[in-house]
Order: sequence, then C-alpha cells, then structure tokens
Amino acid sequence: MEMEWESVIGLEIHAQLSTHSKLFSGASTAFGAPPNTKACAVDLALPGVLPVFNEQAARMAVQFGLAISAEIAPRSVFARKNYFYPDLPKGYQISQYELPTVGRGRLAIVLEDGSTKIVGITRAHLEEDAGKSLHEAFHALSGIDLNRAGTPLLEIVSEPDLRSAREAVAYMKKIHTLVRYLGICDGNMQEGSLRCDANVSVRRVGDARLGTRAEIKNLNSFRFIERAIDYEIERQIDLLESGGVVRQETRLYDPDRHETRPLRSKEEANDYRYFPDPDLLPLVLDEAFLRAVRRDLPELPDEKHARFQREYGLSAYDATVLTATREMADFFESTLQCAKSDPKTVANWVMGDFSAALNKSGVELDASPVTPALLGGMIQRITDGTITGKMAKEVFEAMWSGEGDADAIIEKRSLRQMSDSSALEAVIDRVMTDNPAQVTQYRAGKDKLFGFFVGQVMKATSGQANPAQLNELLRRKLTGEK
Amino acid sequence: MSLQKADVERIAHLARLALTEEEAARYSGELSNILDFVRQMEGVDTEGVVPMAHPLDATLRLRPDQVTEADERSLFQSIAPMATEGLYLVPKVIE
Repeated sequence: MEMEWESVIGLEIHAQLSTHSKLFSGASTAFGAPPNTKACAVDLALPGVLPVFNEQAARMAVQFGLAISAEIAPRSVFARKNYFYPDLPKGYQISQYELPTVGRGRLAIVLEDGSTKIVGITRAHLEEDAGKSLHEAFHALSGIDLNRAGTPLLEIVSEPDLRSAREAVAYMKKIHTLVRYLGICDGNMQEGSLRCDANVSVRRVGDARLGTRAEIKNLNSFRFIERAIDYEIERQIDLLESGGVVRQETRLYDPDRHETRPLRSKEEANDYRYFPDPDLLPLVLDEAFLRAVRRDLPELPDEKHARFQREYGLSAYDATVLTATREMADFFESTLQCAKSDPKTVANWVMGDFSAALNKSGVELDASPVTPALLGGMIQRITDGTITGKMAKEVFEAMWSGEGDADAIIEKRSLRQMSDSSALEAVIDRVMTDNPAQVTQYRAGKDKLFGFFVGQVMKATSGQANPAQLNELLRRKLTGEK
Repeated sequence: MSLQKADVERIAHLARLALTEEEAARYSGELSNILDFVRQMEGVDTEGVVPMAHPLDATLRLRPDQVTEADERSLFQSIAPMATEGLYLVPKVIE
C-alpha cells in the first residue's frame, strides 16, 4: 500500500529595511552605487570603530511586529554570530539571538480554495547584511564589494506551519504586501531586498514527529520558491521511499537546471558561537516609543480589504486586486472621489483599461500619465451620459498619450454622445432606406442582422449614438412599430 | 570539567587560530579552569535575576537615520593588499 506523505515547510525571510543609513553606521544604503563607495570605516571593521544603532530600524521592526500582532520585547539584545567569510569584514555578523525585538506573532493567508490559514511567526530579529562576493571576473581571486555590508535586515522566521510550496508562496506574498504597505522594505526581490531560505522536510501523514529538514538558501522570486520547494519535496520522498535518509544540510536551488544541490559540506558551519555583543547596550523601547509607532501605523492590507467590501460593496476578488498594493488602493480611492460615480464602475476602470495600460507600457503607478483626477473626471462623463463606454475607451487612450483631460478631448474630437432622439431616428431611417434587402431579411426572421444595423448606425454617427437609445429605436423601427 | 585537546583544537579552528602543541596543552588547562569557575557560579541561586547583557547599567543610544559618511574608498583602499576597479581582492572563495 502506498503511504501518503506530508510536507512541512518554514520560511526565514530577509527583508532589507528601507532606511537611509546603515544599521550601525552613517553610510548610505543606496543600491547600485560603484563598489565600496558606500562602505565606511565601521562597515569595513577598521580597528577602533564602534557601532551606533539606527533608531529608524527599531521603529520599522516594531511596525512589523505590531502588524503581525507580535509581542514586542521591551528589552532586546544584540549578539555576535561568528563566522569567517571575506564579505563579512568583522568576522561576525551583529544579529539578535536569545532576545529579539519582535517575538511570537501570526499572519493570515488565503489559500487557493478561499479558506484562511493562520501562519505562526516565531520571531523577527534585526541584523546586518553582509557584502557581496564576485567570483566571475577574476582569475583565482574574488572581488569584494562591501556597499551592502551593514544594511539593516529584518529576519522573519515562520513556524513550520506551511504544508505545500503554494502555501509558502502565498505566505511570502503576504509578507511582501505587508512590508510594502508599512513602507519598511521596497520588496524588490530582483535586487535582493526581499529573499528567503526555505526549511523543507517530509513525513508520513499522521506522524507527529518532524522529518529531517534541508534548508534551501537564497530564493529571490516567488516562482523559484515554488519550484525549489516542489523539487525538494519530491527529492526527499523519492529518497525515503527508496530506503535512503534525508541529511540535514544546506542546499542551493539552480533555476537553470531546476534542481537543488548541497552546498560544500561544512560540518562546523552551524557553530556560530553566539554571544552578546559587548560593543552594544541592550535596546530598550519604552511605552511612549511603542505608542508613537502604533499611532503612525497605516491601515493594513487585511483591514483595507474588509473595508473595501463593506464600504464600497465590492466583491472579495475586486477588493483583493485593488488592495494588492497600498499605491493601487490609494489610486482607486482618489479616483472614486473625483469620479463621484458608483464604486464598481470606478473599480472596473482601475482594474481594467487602466491596469492594462500600465502593464502594457511598463510604467509604474506613481509615474502614470493618467492621474486619479483625469480618470475620475472621465468616469464622471460616462456617468452623466456625456459619452458612452465605448467613447470613453478612446478618451482614455487620448488621456494616456497626454492630450489633456476628458472634457478637452471630448470637445476636440466631438465625442459627445448623441442624445437628440429625432436626429438618431433620422440616421436610422437613412440606414434602412440604404439597405432595403437587409430590412426585408430581418423582417423575415433573420434576427442576426440586428447587429448589422447597429454597426451601420454607429458608423454613420461616428459612434456617438447612445447604445441603449439606439437599440430601442432601431428595434421599434425594424419591427415597424410606431 | 576538563577540556580535551581535541576540543581546544576545534575551538581554535573555529576562531581560525593556529596553536602549537604546547599552546594547545596550556589552553586546555586554562580553559578548563574557566569552565570550573563557571561550574562554581552555577551553584548561586539566580532565580529572578535578569541575565546581564552588558556590565554598564545603561541602554542603547539611538542615532537618527541620517547619512553622515562620505565616500573614502580611495583612502581605505590605499592600505588594502589588493584592490581593482573599486573591489577588494581576496584569494578565490566559492561555495
């Protein structure tokens, strides 16, 4: 009989905090600068330097902690994590070990079947990033760029609560959304601002004990997370079913070959000999500090999602799309305010033509040529009957290419919807006179020709006929009613 | 508690310290003494005592998040054994 397997996954997510300066030095955290121009004496660990802690990093860690309903430690302690690597000049990384700033918390994720799952977060601790090693360009040498050394990271450690690669991705996406809402991390996975390690093990369904886990390092895209975990689960099951054992080890995912493989075995690598850093005093956050952070906390994604359904009567799906980022949610609400129209119409435009135009042009939301005022102004002209939805698409394109606001474009292109019914009737009469054969066929039962007449009238009016009015008049005239 | 020579060699390796035979022997004695001292302290009742993270009775000073350091790369690299194109060069390390 074939036994069922269950996979058990926990993620360690590294979020680079969006501070201006580093965690323990006044050097800039700017990405992409020429090598080593943002690495100061402290980052280089020159003799005699001392770390001085960046207050903003504490604020950001606490923001995150409050957002996941975590215990915030009134007193946390920095520890040295000792290992040797050229991109770590001190020979240790300053991290937090026994007393992290953010303790146990939780985060709700929505699964594919629509149900909600609570994922436990063990802790989130502050630590500094290492530099970068470049192995490619030099023969028998490695180049070291220490610009990133000392950049503040928040390491978010989940409980082993995730049961599939999909769940892991849903959780990672939720963290991605959350840190961007909070404005504590830019979430740019390509630049490594948000990356994760996945701890993966498998066990027989019903087994209470955890299997031996492998850690997959440095996953920096949602797709790689899913593929790497799926591969690793399958590898472990195959191994166990063929009588082998899983070794506790660190593995790397190779996206080109779609496999994970072990890092060079370093038995002692995990002996980091943590101890409290004598250069740093305990970090104490008082009530006033916590109150101030709590007061400045923005509306969180889940709250916004619920409010969009409650306040605007939007579906869960629409609310999900519109609250995916704080910027998109703000854009929707500003547009709604300008449009003075019903929320669903505005939602459709924002999620439809507007998002499509953003995607197609590759423009970021904050650089969009169509502002909430422009889009809202145009939607207002649909609602008050000045233009049809079809004309609006033309107006929208013209706005996108910078031809001005909706009113100017409507004026310039004479896009006003024909509202005079006698004028429309005259056009219909002319179309019927010009196409006697089709009229006869229609009257003989060829209903499909109705669309032909609509098309002819639209063409004759340059699309300015009100579609509802046209349908009604046309039907009446074709059937010979008076 | 006494540390074996192998323990001392392992600790030295983790710290990247090269010890001679005599040093290893001497340190295993000295380190064992430190452990004995710790064992002695374990006899003290520390119920309700917060573990000391730092001997100074003070808390961490918080610095405003401002960039205060200028680029001094050429100065720093003037004392580096090897540097090129702005990168520090070290013997090849690859995982």
